[in-house]
Amino acid sequence: MTEPILKLTDVSVQFGALRAVDNVSLNVSPGERRAIIGPNGAGKTTLFNAITGVLPPTAGQIVFDTHPISRMSPHRRAALGIARTFQITNLFPSLTVDENMRLALRGLKRRKFSMFGTGTLDPDENTLATRSLEIARLPTRRQVLVKELSYGEQRQLELALSLAAQPRLLLLDEPAAGLSPAERSMVADIIRSLPRDLTLILIEHDMDLALGLVDFVTCMFEGRVLVEASPNDIRANSAVQEVYLGKARHHG
Amino acid sequence: MTSLAPTVVTTNKSGLRSALAWVGSAAILFVLIALPFVLKSYHLGIATQILIFAILAMSVDVLAGFAGRTPLCHGAIFGTATYFVIYGVNTWGLPLPVAMMIGVAAATAVAAVFALLAVRVSGVYFLLLTLALGLVIWGICLRWSQVTGGENGLRGDLRTGALADPATFYALVLVISLCAFFAMRRFVNSPFGLTLRGIRDSESRMASMGYNVTLHVFLAFTISGFFAGVAGAIYAVFNNFVSPSAVALAQSVQGLLMAIVGGIGTLVGSFVGAAVIIILEQFVSAYTERWQMVLGIVFILIMLFAPEGIVGKSRTLWHRRK
Ligand SMILES: Nc1ncnc2c1ncn2[C@@H]1O[C@H](COP(=O)(O)OP(=O)(O)OP(=O)(O)O)[C@@H](O)[C@H]1O
Ligand SMILES: [Mg+2]
Repeated sequence: MTEPILKLTDVSVQFGALRAVDNVSLNVSPGERRAIIGPNGAGKTTLFNAITGVLPPTAGQIVFDTHPISRMSPHRRAALGIARTFQITNLFPSLTVDENMRLALRGLKRRKFSMFGTGTLDPDENTLATRSLEIARLPTRRQVLVKELSYGEQRQLELALSLAAQPRLLLLDEPAAGLSPAERSMVADIIRSLPRDLTLILIEHDMDLALGLVDFVTCMFEGRVLVEASPNDIRANSAVQEVYLGKARHHG
Repeated sequence: MTSLAPTVVTTNKSGLRSALAWVGSAAILFVLIALPFVLKSYHLGIATQILIFAILAMSVDVLAGFAGRTPLCHGAIFGTATYFVIYGVNTWGLPLPVAMMIGVAAATAVAAVFALLAVRVSGVYFLLLTLALGLVIWGICLRWSQVTGGENGLRGDLRTGALADPATFYALVLVISLCAFFAMRRFVNSPFGLTLRGIRDSESRMASMGYNVTLHVFLAFTISGFFAGVAGAIYAVFNNFVSPSAVALAQSVQGLLMAIVGGIGTLVGSFVGAAVIIILEQFVSAYTERWQMVLGIVFILIMLFAPEGIVGKSRTLWHRRK
Protein backbone atom coordinates (compact mmCIF):
# COMPACT_ATOMS: atom_id res chain seq x y z
CA MET A 1 0.00 0.00 0.00
CA THR A 2 1.25 3.51 -0.82
CA GLU A 3 1.92 6.08 1.90
CA PRO A 4 -1.22 8.16 2.54
CA ILE A 5 -1.01 11.76 1.30
CA LEU A 6 -3.31 12.82 4.14
CA LYS A 7 -3.17 11.17 7.53
CA LEU A 8 -5.36 12.13 10.48
CA THR A 9 -4.62 10.57 13.86
CA ASP A 10 -7.15 10.91 16.69
CA VAL A 11 -8.19 14.40 15.60
CA SER A 12 -10.72 16.23 17.79
CA VAL A 13 -12.25 19.69 17.56
CA GLN A 14 -13.99 20.88 20.69
CA PHE A 15 -16.41 23.81 21.01
CA GLY A 16 -16.96 24.28 24.73
CA ALA A 17 -18.76 21.13 25.82
CA LEU A 18 -19.42 19.96 22.26
CA ARG A 19 -16.95 17.70 20.48
CA ALA A 20 -17.88 18.48 16.88
CA VAL A 21 -15.08 16.17 15.70
CA ASP A 22 -14.35 13.35 18.09
CA ASN A 23 -11.18 11.23 17.75
CA VAL A 24 -11.25 10.90 14.00
CA SER A 25 -8.49 8.92 12.28
CA LEU A 26 -8.41 8.89 8.51
CA ASN A 27 -5.94 7.89 5.78
CA VAL A 28 -6.35 9.09 2.22
CA SER A 29 -4.03 7.74 -0.51
CA PRO A 30 -2.61 9.88 -3.32
CA GLY A 31 -5.08 10.13 -6.19
CA GLU A 32 -7.90 8.66 -4.13
CA ARG A 33 -11.43 10.03 -4.31
CA ARG A 34 -13.12 9.88 -0.96
CA ALA A 35 -16.63 10.81 0.10
CA ILE A 36 -17.54 11.92 3.60
CA ILE A 37 -21.23 11.46 4.23
CA GLY A 38 -23.34 11.85 7.34
CA PRO A 39 -26.40 13.66 8.64
CA ASN A 40 -26.59 17.37 9.55
CA GLY A 41 -24.25 18.29 12.37
CA ALA A 42 -22.15 15.14 12.01
CA GLY A 43 -18.98 17.27 11.99
CA LYS A 44 -18.08 17.02 8.30
CA THR A 45 -17.47 20.73 7.72
CA THR A 46 -15.66 21.02 11.03
CA LEU A 47 -13.35 18.21 9.90
CA PHE A 48 -12.56 20.21 6.73
CA ASN A 49 -11.89 23.25 8.89
CA ALA A 50 -9.41 21.20 10.91
CA ILE A 51 -7.67 19.96 7.76
CA THR A 52 -7.45 23.44 6.20
CA GLY A 53 -6.47 25.21 9.42
CA VAL A 54 -9.55 27.38 9.92
CA LEU A 55 -10.04 25.61 13.26
CA PRO A 56 -6.84 23.95 14.44
CA PRO A 57 -7.60 20.58 16.07
CA THR A 58 -7.82 20.69 19.84
CA ALA A 59 -6.21 17.22 19.91
CA GLY A 60 -4.60 14.83 17.45
CA GLN A 61 -2.21 15.01 14.51
CA ILE A 62 -2.67 15.89 10.86
CA VAL A 63 0.08 15.03 8.37
CA PHE A 64 -0.08 16.11 4.74
CA ASP A 65 2.52 14.67 2.39
CA THR A 66 5.03 14.13 5.28
CA HIS A 67 4.46 17.67 6.64
CA PRO A 68 2.92 17.84 10.13
CA ILE A 69 0.33 20.58 9.61
CA SER A 70 -1.82 20.46 12.76
CA ARG A 71 -0.63 23.89 13.93
CA MET A 72 0.02 25.46 10.54
CA SER A 73 -1.91 28.55 9.44
CA PRO A 74 -4.42 28.18 6.58
CA HIS A 75 -2.35 30.09 4.02
CA ARG A 76 0.69 27.90 4.59
CA ARG A 77 -1.43 24.78 4.16
CA ALA A 78 -2.68 26.24 0.89
CA ALA A 79 0.95 26.70 -0.15
CA LEU A 80 1.51 22.96 0.38
CA GLY A 81 -1.24 22.26 -2.17
CA ILE A 82 -4.47 22.02 -0.18
CA ALA A 83 -7.50 23.78 -1.68
CA ARG A 84 -11.16 23.78 -0.71
CA THR A 85 -14.62 24.96 -1.62
CA PHE A 86 -17.16 26.19 0.90
CA GLN A 87 -20.57 24.81 1.75
CA ILE A 88 -21.90 28.36 2.05
CA THR A 89 -20.81 30.19 -1.09
CA ASN A 90 -17.68 32.17 -0.25
CA LEU A 91 -16.57 34.35 -3.15
CA PHE A 92 -15.62 38.00 -3.73
CA PRO A 93 -19.06 39.35 -4.62
CA SER A 94 -18.07 42.96 -5.37
CA LEU A 95 -15.34 41.87 -7.81
CA THR A 96 -15.68 40.55 -11.35
CA VAL A 97 -15.29 36.89 -12.31
CA ASP A 98 -11.95 37.81 -13.85
CA GLU A 99 -10.74 39.49 -10.65
CA ASN A 100 -11.86 36.48 -8.61
CA MET A 101 -9.75 34.29 -10.88
CA ARG A 102 -6.75 36.64 -10.56
CA LEU A 103 -6.88 36.30 -6.79
CA ALA A 104 -7.20 32.54 -7.05
CA LEU A 105 -4.24 32.29 -9.43
CA ARG A 106 -1.87 34.53 -7.48
CA GLY A 107 -2.40 33.18 -3.96
CA LEU A 108 0.84 31.19 -4.16
CA LYS A 109 2.76 33.54 -6.47
CA ARG A 110 5.20 36.37 -5.70
CA ARG A 111 3.15 38.62 -7.96
CA LYS A 112 0.52 39.05 -5.25
CA PHE A 113 2.94 41.54 -3.64
CA SER A 114 3.41 43.65 -6.77
CA MET A 115 2.33 47.14 -5.68
CA PHE A 116 2.87 49.15 -8.81
CA GLY A 117 2.41 46.56 -11.54
CA THR A 118 -0.74 46.41 -13.61
CA GLY A 119 -3.40 44.02 -12.48
CA THR A 120 -4.34 42.29 -15.71
CA LEU A 121 -3.67 38.62 -16.34
CA ASP A 122 -0.49 37.72 -18.19
CA PRO A 123 -0.81 35.10 -20.97
CA ASP A 124 0.17 32.16 -18.72
CA GLU A 125 -2.29 33.20 -16.04
CA ASN A 126 -4.95 33.70 -18.67
CA THR A 127 -4.46 30.15 -19.95
CA LEU A 128 -4.83 28.76 -16.42
CA ALA A 129 -7.88 30.91 -15.70
CA THR A 130 -9.55 29.84 -18.91
CA ARG A 131 -8.80 26.18 -18.20
CA SER A 132 -10.23 26.31 -14.66
CA LEU A 133 -13.35 28.10 -15.85
CA GLU A 134 -13.77 25.55 -18.63
CA ILE A 135 -13.47 22.65 -16.22
CA ALA A 136 -16.13 24.32 -14.07
CA ARG A 137 -18.16 24.92 -17.26
CA LEU A 138 -18.23 28.66 -16.70
CA PRO A 139 -16.16 29.79 -19.64
CA THR A 140 -17.88 33.07 -20.48
CA ARG A 141 -18.88 36.19 -18.57
CA ARG A 142 -15.47 37.18 -17.26
CA GLN A 143 -16.29 40.87 -16.76
CA VAL A 144 -19.50 40.31 -14.81
CA LEU A 145 -19.64 41.15 -11.11
CA VAL A 146 -19.90 37.97 -9.08
CA LYS A 147 -22.90 39.23 -7.11
CA GLU A 148 -24.76 39.42 -10.43
CA LEU A 149 -24.18 35.75 -11.27
CA SER A 150 -26.96 33.24 -10.70
CA TYR A 151 -26.63 31.00 -7.66
CA GLY A 152 -25.73 28.04 -9.86
CA GLU A 153 -22.99 30.02 -11.58
CA GLN A 154 -21.64 31.08 -8.21
CA ARG A 155 -21.36 27.42 -7.20
CA GLN A 156 -19.45 26.77 -10.43
CA LEU A 157 -17.13 29.68 -9.65
CA GLU A 158 -16.51 28.12 -6.20
CA LEU A 159 -15.09 25.13 -8.06
CA ALA A 160 -13.13 27.22 -10.56
CA LEU A 161 -11.43 29.21 -7.79
CA SER A 162 -10.38 26.09 -5.94
CA LEU A 163 -8.91 24.56 -9.10
CA ALA A 164 -7.00 27.63 -10.28
CA ALA A 165 -3.89 27.11 -8.16
CA GLN A 166 -3.62 23.45 -9.28
CA PRO A 167 -3.84 21.90 -5.82
CA ARG A 168 -2.80 18.35 -4.92
CA LEU A 169 -5.59 17.84 -2.40
CA LEU A 170 -9.02 19.26 -3.08
CA LEU A 171 -11.72 19.37 -0.42
CA LEU A 172 -15.24 19.89 -1.78
CA ASP A 173 -17.85 20.81 0.83
CA GLU A 174 -21.26 19.98 -0.65
CA PRO A 175 -20.51 21.49 -4.06
CA ALA A 176 -24.05 20.75 -5.21
CA ALA A 177 -25.76 22.29 -2.17
CA GLY A 178 -28.95 24.10 -3.11
CA LEU A 179 -28.83 23.21 -6.81
CA SER A 180 -31.58 21.85 -9.05
CA PRO A 181 -31.41 18.17 -10.14
CA ALA A 182 -30.09 19.19 -13.57
CA GLU A 183 -27.41 21.38 -12.04
CA ARG A 184 -26.51 18.64 -9.56
CA SER A 185 -25.82 16.18 -12.33
CA MET A 186 -23.69 18.79 -14.05
CA VAL A 187 -21.65 19.20 -10.86
CA ALA A 188 -21.26 15.43 -10.76
CA ASP A 189 -19.95 15.52 -14.34
CA ILE A 190 -17.52 18.30 -13.42
CA ILE A 191 -16.16 16.26 -10.51
CA ARG A 192 -15.82 13.19 -12.73
CA SER A 193 -13.84 15.20 -15.25
CA LEU A 194 -11.24 16.45 -12.73
CA PRO A 195 -7.63 15.29 -13.25
CA ARG A 196 -7.25 11.70 -12.05
CA ASP A 197 -4.07 12.36 -10.04
CA LEU A 198 -5.81 15.01 -7.90
CA THR A 199 -6.65 13.66 -4.45
CA LEU A 200 -10.22 14.56 -3.66
CA ILE A 201 -12.42 14.53 -0.59
CA LEU A 202 -16.09 15.21 -1.19
CA ILE A 203 -18.64 16.04 1.48
CA GLU A 204 -22.08 15.21 0.23
CA HIS A 205 -25.40 14.63 1.90
CA ASP A 206 -26.95 12.86 -1.02
CA MET A 207 -25.69 9.27 -1.10
CA ASP A 208 -26.86 8.68 -4.66
CA LEU A 209 -24.77 11.59 -5.88
CA ALA A 210 -21.70 10.82 -3.75
CA LEU A 211 -21.43 7.08 -4.21
CA GLY A 212 -21.14 7.30 -7.99
CA LEU A 213 -18.15 9.62 -7.79
CA VAL A 214 -15.74 8.07 -5.31
CA ASP A 215 -13.53 5.07 -4.54
CA PHE A 216 -14.17 4.94 -0.83
CA VAL A 217 -16.65 6.34 1.68
CA THR A 218 -16.38 7.53 5.28
CA CYS A 219 -19.67 7.96 7.12
CA MET A 220 -19.57 10.32 10.12
CA PHE A 221 -22.10 10.58 12.91
CA GLU A 222 -21.99 12.80 15.99
CA GLY A 223 -18.36 13.73 15.36
CA ARG A 224 -17.09 10.17 15.03
CA VAL A 225 -16.31 7.90 12.12
CA LEU A 226 -19.21 5.47 12.03
CA VAL A 227 -18.27 3.31 9.04
CA GLU A 228 -15.59 3.26 6.37
CA ALA A 229 -16.37 1.13 3.32
CA SER A 230 -16.53 0.95 -0.46
CA PRO A 231 -19.52 2.62 -2.11
CA ASN A 232 -21.22 -0.73 -2.66
CA ASP A 233 -20.85 -1.86 0.94
CA ILE A 234 -21.98 1.50 2.33
CA ARG A 235 -25.48 1.15 0.88
CA ALA A 236 -25.94 -2.22 2.49
CA ASN A 237 -24.47 -1.21 5.85
CA SER A 238 -27.08 -1.34 8.60
CA ALA A 239 -25.46 1.33 10.79
CA VAL A 240 -25.45 3.80 7.88
CA GLN A 241 -29.05 2.96 7.05
CA GLU A 242 -29.99 3.50 10.66
CA VAL A 243 -28.41 6.97 10.74
CA TYR A 244 -29.90 8.04 7.44
CA LEU A 245 -33.36 6.50 7.91
CA GLY A 246 -33.48 7.69 11.50
CA LYS A 247 -32.87 11.23 10.24
CA ALA A 248 -35.37 10.75 7.45
CA ARG A 249 -37.98 9.73 10.00
CA HIS A 250 -37.27 12.88 12.04
CA HIS A 251 -37.82 15.03 9.01
CA GLY A 252 -40.90 13.07 7.90
CA MET B 1 -28.20 49.38 -42.68
CA THR B 2 -31.03 49.80 -40.23
CA SER B 3 -29.92 46.72 -38.29
CA LEU B 4 -26.59 48.39 -37.66
CA ALA B 5 -28.12 51.47 -36.13
CA PRO B 6 -28.45 50.27 -32.52
CA THR B 7 -24.80 49.15 -32.26
CA VAL B 8 -23.63 52.42 -33.74
CA VAL B 9 -25.68 54.30 -31.20
CA THR B 10 -24.31 52.36 -28.22
CA THR B 11 -20.67 52.76 -29.31
CA ASN B 12 -21.29 56.43 -29.84
CA LYS B 13 -22.82 56.68 -26.40
CA SER B 14 -19.98 54.95 -24.56
CA GLY B 15 -17.48 56.85 -26.68
CA LEU B 16 -19.25 60.05 -25.77
CA ARG B 17 -19.18 59.06 -22.16
CA SER B 18 -15.44 58.48 -21.97
CA ALA B 19 -14.87 61.62 -24.01
CA LEU B 20 -16.95 63.53 -21.47
CA ALA B 21 -14.96 61.98 -18.64
CA TRP B 22 -11.75 63.15 -20.29
CA VAL B 23 -13.06 66.62 -20.88
CA GLY B 24 -14.27 66.74 -17.27
CA SER B 25 -10.89 65.70 -15.87
CA ALA B 26 -9.09 68.20 -18.09
CA ALA B 27 -11.46 70.96 -17.00
CA ILE B 28 -10.91 70.18 -13.31
CA LEU B 29 -7.16 70.16 -13.81
CA PHE B 30 -7.38 73.47 -15.66
CA VAL B 31 -9.37 75.02 -12.81
CA LEU B 32 -6.87 73.72 -10.24
CA ILE B 33 -4.00 75.24 -12.20
CA ALA B 34 -5.86 78.50 -12.77
CA LEU B 35 -6.82 79.05 -9.12
CA PRO B 36 -3.71 81.08 -8.14
CA PHE B 37 -4.53 83.59 -10.87
CA VAL B 38 -8.08 84.22 -9.71
CA LEU B 39 -8.14 83.68 -5.94
CA LYS B 40 -7.00 86.09 -3.28
CA SER B 41 -4.22 84.72 -1.10
CA TYR B 42 -6.59 83.99 1.78
CA HIS B 43 -8.78 81.83 -0.41
CA LEU B 44 -5.77 80.24 -2.04
CA GLY B 45 -4.75 79.18 1.46
CA ILE B 46 -8.09 77.39 1.82
CA ALA B 47 -7.56 75.65 -1.51
CA THR B 48 -4.10 74.57 -0.32
CA GLN B 49 -5.61 73.24 2.90
CA ILE B 50 -8.18 71.26 0.90
CA LEU B 51 -5.41 69.58 -1.11
CA ILE B 52 -3.48 68.68 2.05
CA PHE B 53 -6.52 67.15 3.70
CA ALA B 54 -7.44 65.34 0.50
CA ILE B 55 -4.16 63.44 0.86
CA LEU B 56 -5.08 62.54 4.45
CA ALA B 57 -8.57 61.45 3.37
CA MET B 58 -7.15 59.30 0.54
CA SER B 59 -4.80 57.59 2.97
CA VAL B 60 -7.84 56.72 5.09
CA ASP B 61 -9.70 55.56 1.99
CA VAL B 62 -6.95 53.09 1.07
CA LEU B 63 -7.67 51.24 4.31
CA ALA B 64 -11.39 51.90 4.76
CA GLY B 65 -12.55 51.69 1.16
CA PHE B 66 -10.24 49.02 -0.21
CA ALA B 67 -9.10 46.80 2.67
CA GLY B 68 -12.43 47.19 4.51
CA ARG B 69 -10.74 48.30 7.75
CA THR B 70 -11.95 51.70 8.97
CA PRO B 71 -9.23 53.45 11.00
CA LEU B 72 -9.65 56.21 13.57
CA CYS B 73 -5.96 56.95 14.12
CA HIS B 74 -4.85 58.64 10.93
CA GLY B 75 -5.10 62.08 12.48
CA ALA B 76 -2.51 60.96 15.04
CA ILE B 77 -0.24 59.59 12.31
CA PHE B 78 -0.67 62.80 10.32
CA GLY B 79 0.08 64.97 13.36
CA THR B 80 3.15 62.91 14.29
CA ALA B 81 4.72 64.05 11.03
CA THR B 82 3.68 67.64 11.75
CA TYR B 83 5.34 67.59 15.18
CA PHE B 84 8.54 66.02 13.85
CA VAL B 85 8.90 68.54 11.04
CA ILE B 86 8.53 71.58 13.29
CA TYR B 87 10.65 70.09 16.06
CA GLY B 88 13.29 69.00 13.55
CA VAL B 89 13.66 72.47 12.10
CA ASN B 90 13.34 74.35 15.40
CA THR B 91 15.41 72.22 17.73
CA TRP B 92 17.66 70.07 15.58
CA GLY B 93 18.21 72.86 13.08
CA LEU B 94 17.55 70.56 10.13
CA PRO B 95 16.92 71.88 6.64
CA LEU B 96 13.19 71.77 5.91
CA PRO B 97 13.28 68.97 3.26
CA VAL B 98 15.25 66.73 5.64
CA ALA B 99 12.88 67.48 8.51
CA MET B 100 9.94 66.64 6.25
CA MET B 101 11.48 63.31 5.29
CA ILE B 102 12.08 62.52 8.96
CA GLY B 103 8.48 63.52 9.72
CA VAL B 104 7.13 61.15 7.07
CA ALA B 105 9.44 58.38 8.28
CA ALA B 106 8.29 58.87 11.88
CA ALA B 107 4.64 58.79 10.83
CA THR B 108 5.26 55.61 8.82
CA ALA B 109 6.98 54.02 11.82
CA VAL B 110 4.07 54.92 14.10
CA ALA B 111 1.69 53.46 11.52
CA ALA B 112 3.73 50.25 11.39
CA VAL B 113 3.55 49.88 15.17
CA PHE B 114 -0.20 50.59 15.15
CA ALA B 115 -0.60 48.09 12.32
CA LEU B 116 1.20 45.36 14.27
CA LEU B 117 -1.25 45.85 17.12
CA ALA B 118 -4.41 46.21 15.06
CA VAL B 119 -4.08 43.82 12.10
CA ARG B 120 -5.65 40.87 13.80
CA VAL B 121 -8.97 42.56 14.48
CA SER B 122 -11.59 43.92 12.13
CA GLY B 123 -14.93 45.68 12.17
CA VAL B 124 -15.84 47.75 15.20
CA TYR B 125 -12.89 46.33 17.19
CA PHE B 126 -10.52 47.73 14.60
CA LEU B 127 -12.25 51.08 14.84
CA LEU B 128 -11.99 51.15 18.63
CA LEU B 129 -8.45 49.83 18.84
CA THR B 130 -7.15 52.40 16.34
CA LEU B 131 -9.07 55.09 18.20
CA ALA B 132 -7.32 54.10 21.42
CA LEU B 133 -3.91 54.04 19.74
CA GLY B 134 -4.51 57.53 18.39
CA LEU B 135 -5.41 58.73 21.88
CA VAL B 136 -2.04 57.47 23.14
CA ILE B 137 -0.24 59.78 20.68
CA TRP B 138 -2.51 62.64 21.70
CA GLY B 139 -1.76 61.98 25.38
CA ILE B 140 1.99 61.98 24.71
CA CYS B 141 1.80 65.27 22.80
CA LEU B 142 -0.25 66.86 25.54
CA ARG B 143 1.82 65.70 28.52
CA TRP B 144 5.42 65.59 27.27
CA SER B 145 5.56 69.36 27.32
CA GLN B 146 9.38 69.81 27.39
CA VAL B 147 9.43 68.41 23.87
CA THR B 148 5.98 69.12 22.45
CA GLY B 149 5.20 72.35 24.22
CA GLY B 150 2.15 70.72 25.78
CA GLU B 151 -1.09 72.57 25.22
CA ASN B 152 0.75 75.59 23.83
CA GLY B 153 2.23 73.52 21.04
CA LEU B 154 5.20 74.46 18.89
CA ARG B 155 5.50 77.45 16.64
CA GLY B 156 7.66 77.15 13.54
CA ASP B 157 9.04 79.49 10.98
CA LEU B 158 9.00 77.24 7.95
CA ARG B 159 7.36 79.38 5.27
CA THR B 160 10.51 81.22 4.24
CA GLY B 161 11.89 82.06 0.82
CA ALA B 162 9.79 80.97 -2.13
CA LEU B 163 7.39 79.07 0.13
CA ALA B 164 6.22 82.36 1.63
CA ASP B 165 4.42 83.12 -1.62
CA PRO B 166 0.92 81.58 -1.43
CA ALA B 167 0.78 80.86 -5.16
CA THR B 168 4.13 79.06 -5.20
CA PHE B 169 3.22 77.05 -2.14
CA TYR B 170 -0.18 76.16 -3.61
CA ALA B 171 1.47 74.99 -6.83
CA LEU B 172 3.89 72.80 -4.88
CA VAL B 173 1.09 71.25 -2.83
CA LEU B 174 -0.97 70.71 -5.98
CA VAL B 175 1.87 68.78 -7.59
CA ILE B 176 2.45 66.69 -4.46
CA SER B 177 -1.25 65.91 -3.98
CA LEU B 178 -1.65 64.88 -7.62
CA CYS B 179 1.44 62.66 -7.33
CA ALA B 180 -0.01 61.13 -4.15
CA PHE B 181 -3.33 60.57 -5.92
CA PHE B 182 -1.77 58.84 -8.92
CA ALA B 183 0.54 56.78 -6.70
CA MET B 184 -2.36 55.58 -4.53
CA ARG B 185 -4.52 54.91 -7.58
CA ARG B 186 -1.77 52.81 -9.09
CA PHE B 187 -1.36 51.07 -5.72
CA VAL B 188 -5.04 50.12 -5.30
CA ASN B 189 -5.22 48.86 -8.90
CA SER B 190 -2.06 46.76 -8.59
CA PRO B 191 -2.12 43.01 -7.90
CA PHE B 192 -1.47 43.84 -4.24
CA GLY B 193 -4.34 46.34 -4.23
CA LEU B 194 -6.64 43.65 -5.57
CA THR B 195 -5.70 41.42 -2.62
CA LEU B 196 -6.98 44.19 -0.31
CA ARG B 197 -10.36 44.20 -2.03
CA GLY B 198 -10.34 40.41 -1.77
CA ILE B 199 -9.72 40.70 1.97
CA ARG B 200 -12.56 43.21 2.24
CA ASP B 201 -14.94 40.71 0.60
CA SER B 202 -13.78 37.46 2.22
CA GLU B 203 -10.83 36.91 4.53
CA SER B 204 -11.52 33.20 4.89
CA ARG B 205 -11.49 32.63 1.13
CA MET B 206 -8.28 34.62 0.81
CA ALA B 207 -6.57 32.55 3.51
CA SER B 208 -7.73 29.30 1.92
CA MET B 209 -6.10 30.40 -1.36
CA GLY B 210 -2.73 31.05 0.25
CA TYR B 211 -2.87 34.69 1.30
CA ASN B 212 -1.40 35.77 4.60
CA VAL B 213 -4.21 38.16 5.41
CA THR B 214 -2.54 39.82 8.40
CA LEU B 215 0.62 40.53 6.38
CA HIS B 216 -1.39 42.18 3.61
CA VAL B 217 -3.35 44.33 6.06
CA PHE B 218 -0.12 45.25 7.85
CA LEU B 219 1.50 46.42 4.61
CA ALA B 220 -1.61 48.34 3.55
CA PHE B 221 -1.84 50.03 6.96
CA THR B 222 1.82 51.06 6.90
CA ILE B 223 1.63 52.41 3.35
CA SER B 224 -1.55 54.30 4.15
CA GLY B 225 0.25 55.74 7.19
CA PHE B 226 3.07 56.88 4.92
CA PHE B 227 0.63 59.00 2.91
CA ALA B 228 -1.01 60.38 6.06
CA GLY B 229 2.53 61.36 7.08
CA VAL B 230 3.09 63.14 3.75
CA ALA B 231 -0.06 65.17 4.40
CA GLY B 232 1.03 65.93 7.97
CA ALA B 233 4.51 67.04 6.90
CA ILE B 234 3.07 69.49 4.35
CA TYR B 235 0.61 70.69 6.96
CA ALA B 236 3.53 71.66 9.19
CA VAL B 237 4.76 74.03 6.49
CA PHE B 238 1.24 75.27 5.75
CA ASN B 239 0.29 75.95 9.35
CA ASN B 240 3.66 76.89 10.88
CA PHE B 241 2.26 75.67 14.15
CA VAL B 242 1.35 72.40 15.81
CA SER B 243 -0.56 71.62 18.97
CA PRO B 244 -2.27 68.50 20.34
CA SER B 245 -5.35 69.27 18.25
CA ALA B 246 -3.31 68.18 15.19
CA VAL B 247 -3.14 64.62 16.58
CA ALA B 248 -6.54 64.64 18.29
CA LEU B 249 -9.41 62.26 17.61
CA ALA B 250 -11.29 65.09 15.87
CA GLN B 251 -8.56 65.15 13.23
CA SER B 252 -8.93 61.40 12.59
CA VAL B 253 -12.68 61.71 12.44
CA GLN B 254 -12.37 64.63 10.03
CA GLY B 255 -10.13 62.64 7.65
CA LEU B 256 -12.56 59.73 7.73
CA LEU B 257 -15.61 61.96 7.20
CA MET B 258 -13.98 63.57 4.18
CA ALA B 259 -13.35 60.15 2.64
CA ILE B 260 -16.93 59.05 3.39
CA VAL B 261 -18.60 62.27 2.20
CA GLY B 262 -16.63 62.14 -1.05
CA GLY B 263 -17.20 58.44 -1.55
CA ILE B 264 -15.38 55.60 0.16
CA GLY B 265 -13.38 53.40 -2.20
CA THR B 266 -13.16 56.06 -4.92
CA LEU B 267 -9.93 57.91 -3.92
CA VAL B 268 -10.91 60.92 -6.04
CA GLY B 269 -13.86 61.42 -3.70
CA SER B 270 -11.39 62.48 -1.02
CA PHE B 271 -10.76 65.73 -2.93
CA VAL B 272 -14.51 66.36 -3.12
CA GLY B 273 -15.06 65.45 0.53
CA ALA B 274 -12.17 67.63 1.71
CA ALA B 275 -13.46 70.54 -0.39
CA VAL B 276 -17.05 70.21 0.85
CA ILE B 277 -16.10 69.98 4.51
CA ILE B 278 -13.44 72.69 4.55
CA ILE B 279 -15.46 75.18 2.48
CA LEU B 280 -18.54 74.50 4.57
CA GLU B 281 -16.52 75.02 7.74
CA GLN B 282 -15.25 78.40 6.48
CA PHE B 283 -18.73 79.43 5.51
CA VAL B 284 -20.55 78.23 8.61
CA SER B 285 -17.95 79.53 11.06
CA ALA B 286 -18.59 83.03 9.77
CA TYR B 287 -22.15 82.85 11.06
CA THR B 288 -22.19 80.50 14.03
CA GLU B 289 -20.01 78.80 16.61
CA ARG B 290 -21.80 75.51 16.06
CA TRP B 291 -19.67 74.15 13.23
CA GLN B 292 -19.49 70.66 14.81
CA MET B 293 -23.27 70.46 14.90
CA VAL B 294 -23.62 71.51 11.27
CA LEU B 295 -20.97 68.95 10.32
CA GLY B 296 -22.96 66.29 12.14
CA ILE B 297 -26.15 67.20 10.28
CA VAL B 298 -24.36 67.20 6.92
CA PHE B 299 -22.94 63.79 7.69
CA ILE B 300 -26.34 62.40 8.65
CA LEU B 301 -27.86 63.75 5.42
CA ILE B 302 -25.10 62.14 3.35
CA MET B 303 -25.56 58.82 5.16
CA LEU B 304 -29.32 58.94 4.55
CA PHE B 305 -29.39 60.06 0.93
CA ALA B 306 -26.02 59.11 -0.51
CA PRO B 307 -24.27 56.58 1.72
CA GLU B 308 -21.89 55.84 -1.16
CA GLY B 309 -20.72 59.48 -0.99
CA ILE B 310 -20.89 62.30 -3.50
CA VAL B 311 -18.61 60.73 -6.09
CA GLY B 312 -20.06 57.26 -5.53
CA LYS B 313 -23.61 58.57 -5.92
CA SER B 314 -22.74 60.53 -9.08
CA ARG B 315 -21.19 57.42 -10.59
CA THR B 316 -24.30 55.33 -9.94
CA LEU B 317 -26.55 58.02 -11.44
CA TRP B 318 -24.19 58.40 -14.39
CA HIS B 319 -24.20 54.67 -15.15
CA ARG B 320 -27.95 54.35 -14.70
CA ARG B 321 -28.58 56.92 -17.44
CA LYS B 322 -28.70 54.42 -20.28
N1 LIG C 1 -17.67 27.63 15.09
C1 LIG C 1 -18.50 26.83 15.80
N2 LIG C 1 -18.77 27.10 17.09
C2 LIG C 1 -19.57 26.30 17.81
N3 LIG C 1 -20.16 25.19 17.34
C3 LIG C 1 -19.94 24.86 16.05
C4 LIG C 1 -19.10 25.67 15.22
N4 LIG C 1 -19.05 25.10 13.98
C5 LIG C 1 -19.83 24.00 14.06
N5 LIG C 1 -20.36 23.85 15.29
C6 LIG C 1 -21.22 22.75 15.73
O1 LIG C 1 -20.51 21.56 15.46
C7 LIG C 1 -21.36 20.54 14.99
C8 LIG C 1 -20.89 20.02 13.68
O2 LIG C 1 -21.07 21.02 12.70
P1 LIG C 1 -20.62 20.82 11.18
O3 LIG C 1 -20.91 22.09 10.50
O4 LIG C 1 -19.25 20.31 11.15
O5 LIG C 1 -21.62 19.71 10.67
P2 LIG C 1 -21.81 19.13 9.20
O6 LIG C 1 -21.59 17.67 9.26
O7 LIG C 1 -20.99 19.89 8.23
O8 LIG C 1 -23.35 19.43 8.97
P3 LIG C 1 -24.13 19.86 7.65
O9 LIG C 1 -24.40 18.62 6.89
O10 LIG C 1 -25.38 20.48 8.15
O11 LIG C 1 -23.26 20.81 6.91
C9 LIG C 1 -22.76 21.16 14.93
O12 LIG C 1 -23.45 20.80 16.10
C10 LIG C 1 -22.50 22.63 14.91
O13 LIG C 1 -23.55 23.34 15.51
MG1 LIG D 1 -21.34 21.10 6.65
